[in-house]
Amino acid sequence: MTRARTKDREEYNRLAQSFHPPRPVLRNALKAFLVGGIICTAAQVIFGYLSARLPRTQAFAMTSSLMVFLGAFLTGLGVYDEIGRFAGMGAALPITGFANSVVSPAMEYKREGFVLGVSARMFQVAGPVIVYGSLSALLVSILRVYVFK
Amino acid sequence: MALNRRGTSTCVFPNMPVIVSAASVVGPREGKGPLGPLFDLVCGDTLCGEVSWEKAETKMLRQATDLAVAKAGLQDAEIDFFLAGDLLNQIISSSFTARDKDIPFLGLYGACSTIGEATAIGSFLIHGGFASNVLVASSSHHDTAERQYRYPTEFGYQRVPSSQWTVTAAAALVLSSQGEGPKVEAVTVGRVLDFGITDANDMGSAMAPAFADTVWRHLSDLGRTPDDYDAIFSGDLGRVGSKAALHLLKQRGIDLSRVHEDTGLMIYNMEPEICSGASGCGCVASVFAAKIYPELKSGQMKRVLLVPTGALHSPTTCQQDESIPSIAHAISLVYPGWEEKGS
Repeated sequence: MTRARTKDREEYNRLAQSFHPPRPVLRNALKAFLVGGIICTAAQVIFGYLSARLPRTQAFAMTSSLMVFLGAFLTGLGVYDEIGRFAGMGAALPITGFANSVVSPAMEYKREGFVLGVSARMFQVAGPVIVYGSLSALLVSILRVYVFK
Repeated sequence: MALNRRGTSTCVFPNMPVIVSAASVVGPREGKGPLGPLFDLVCGDTLCGEVSWEKAETKMLRQATDLAVAKAGLQDAEIDFFLAGDLLNQIISSSFTARDKDIPFLGLYGACSTIGEATAIGSFLIHGGFASNVLVASSSHHDTAERQYRYPTEFGYQRVPSSQWTVTAAAALVLSSQGEGPKVEAVTVGRVLDFGITDANDMGSAMAPAFADTVWRHLSDLGRTPDDYDAIFSGDLGRVGSKAALHLLKQRGIDLSRVHEDTGLMIYNMEPEICSGASGCGCVASVFAAKIYPELKSGQMKRVLLVPTGALHSPTTCQQDESIPSIAHAISLVYPGWEEKGS
């Protein structure tokens, strides 16, 4: 029997788990907090600078655009994957991480051409975020319009 | 019972095929590792002067095969078969390397166990009298594997502690019916085992049962103990898989801790992002070519068991929640003077 029985599978899965190194949750959380905090502080500083000179809504949009540019730029330099490896969610969650998730496949698949490579694969990682983000926005909007009016 | 078969699944070679040469070509990170000076060629960057990583991997495989043939003092025309495999879809690195060689080609897939599969089949071909010289090779490339199995290479994500780092390396061996070099004494071809591990970030645990099963059958088929070997190499279970494998063998009354080494733990300086260890077709193959082969050749080690292990999943099967089937082949190798000593 080369395909183990369910009982043996469960037993082996438990055994294998026991050999896993523990995930450094506290250390990861701290690194995520630090790096995520630095990214958000940078955005806040940019926003402060811009809001003194532009209307508030424009300052918001401009700050987001600048942060997206920064994420894309650091991805292009080959730095953002290192930041992501170090900080995990701290680098993935801010909008710079979103830029990284779009730019990295775009760079990766350049050799497969602009149609079937870059444009087709661009949302390989970000696609689910966009789909479920839009979907939950729609759901919340429906709730707000029809339920909590 | 077939003449050269022992026990349930081990083949022995009365006229042992000889590994007359071995060559390895690795990427920059592997070149900076503890085995760096031992490799034949170290690429300056991961593209090796090519425009894509796929082309780079093919180039490395071609260089390794050319080097192995040259070291054996042979020409391509004198090679009867070329056996190779790699990790990429449709084993393109191997087929594209074979495109530039005028040698009858058999493409193989055994994931990281490919070099074991190739050496086993090459030995059969030679011992069966179907070939005088056989070229066997395998390769892997961190970036080609990363983009096929995981994420784009520039995508920033945190690696899981049990995951393994695919090696950028290619290695080739020339097997001959005669000549000077370490000899293939026996081969145990592995069964495909599946103990229900579904996590592609935990291939070590998925492969450990296959390793334990093949080692156990090899030893019992030949009536040996681990002490009959100077070393037993798994390739590549990593830290996590090695622990599981040794535990499984202990349950069967075999203590491997004294002789066991994992090639996935030998090639890097084990920086944190390597996580559980190295893996990939090129890992066990290049570590064998660069480190184990010379030590066997010089007689520093007299008899070793090389057990390349492979996780036979694909990104599609993992997304569909299929578990990971695994395989391991055991290749028993002896140093050149083995017959004379007769021990």
